[in-house]
Amino acid sequence: MLLVNIIVALLLAGGVFFLLVGSIGLLRLPDFYTRLHATGKCDTLGGGLIIFGLLFYHLFHYSHHPLVPVRLLFLIFFIFIANPAATHAIMKAAYRTGVKPWTSGEERR
Amino acid sequence: MKKEGKWFGFFITFGVMCLFWIVLSGLLTAFHLIAGGICSALVAFLSHDLLVEGKSDKTLLKFWRLLCYIPWELWQIVLANIDVACRVLHPKMPIDPCVFEFETSLRGDWALTTLANSITLTPGTITINVEPERGKFQVHAIAKESADALLVDQTMQRKVAHIFMES
Amino acid sequence: MITLFLAVALLILVSISLSLYRGAVGPGVFNRVAAVNVVGTKTIALLVILGYFFERPLFFDIAILYAMLNFIGTLVFAKYVERGDVCS
Repeated sequence: MLLVNIIVALLLAGGVFFLLVGSIGLLRLPDFYTRLHATGKCDTLGGGLIIFGLLFYHLFHYSHHPLVPVRLLFLIFFIFIANPAATHAIMKAAYRTGVKPWTSGEERR
Repeated sequence: MKKEGKWFGFFITFGVMCLFWIVLSGLLTAFHLIAGGICSALVAFLSHDLLVEGKSDKTLLKFWRLLCYIPWELWQIVLANIDVACRVLHPKMPIDPCVFEFETSLRGDWALTTLANSITLTPGTITINVEPERGKFQVHAIAKESADALLVDQTMQRKVAHIFMES
Repeated sequence: MITLFLAVALLILVSISLSLYRGAVGPGVFNRVAAVNVVGTKTIALLVILGYFFERPLFFDIAILYAMLNFIGTLVFAKYVERGDVCS
């Protein structure tokens, strides 16, 4: 049980680290497209790691509810499909509307 | 042949919908199972051509190869996140964005979707636009090195072409 | 473990409030849409971890529903800003 708890804690810590990096990137990076680089990747892996850690916790501590891990697995699968697609949709809309990509040397917007 | 393919798609959609109903409801009484079966049949009848295309040859083999592709993709996602974390947390932020285009020989819907999602999740690149007729991708890269990794290396294009058997 | 869950939930709240700054201030409409999408994704993780904190499995169903609504909302908004019309 101690080993399980340590693994769960590591997974949760990794997930929270990536979520925080996504937020910091959203604040720090210079323009819209580079901000989407930070959020589209870090949020996907961060949320996936947190939910996977909780799934692992569930398998060992609440093993009398066997259907809940399947739901969480579906949630992870859906996040990994839907989050890149949403990022792609916003990016395409911005590019078609004529938002210019930032290149190095300009001031931030 | 065409009719056969239609029923194949119908049964796959029906199976997936039934599985989803059982997982979400969690009740195994006769009333809930029959209601779920009726709803799944209705949904599968209306929208089976969205999930599975008409032709049924080698769909299961493609699905199996897609499953084998997922671990490599997960490892690439972890590498991409470490890369982005380094760039964001570095005090000077070593970024140099650029937009470039390239063409592939892929044409199928599933192949283009898989490649676009993989490009978005792998290090330093995001798909902006896809033109399905010519297989043309517009990609925004956060630095020149990641653009080179996609253009010169081409491992990902070959893997996706291998999965969906389009050379 | 309960304490760990509470700490993780509080850290997720911190990161949500950091992204809310971009949603409130960020120049242009696209920064705001991106921030709303990010807040939605983080809320899914927050809902799942609160489900274990309060020991209520119903929160997972709400998390699935929220994931789908977040995705569809972002798509509709991107389409609306791009074309000025949702159905066309």
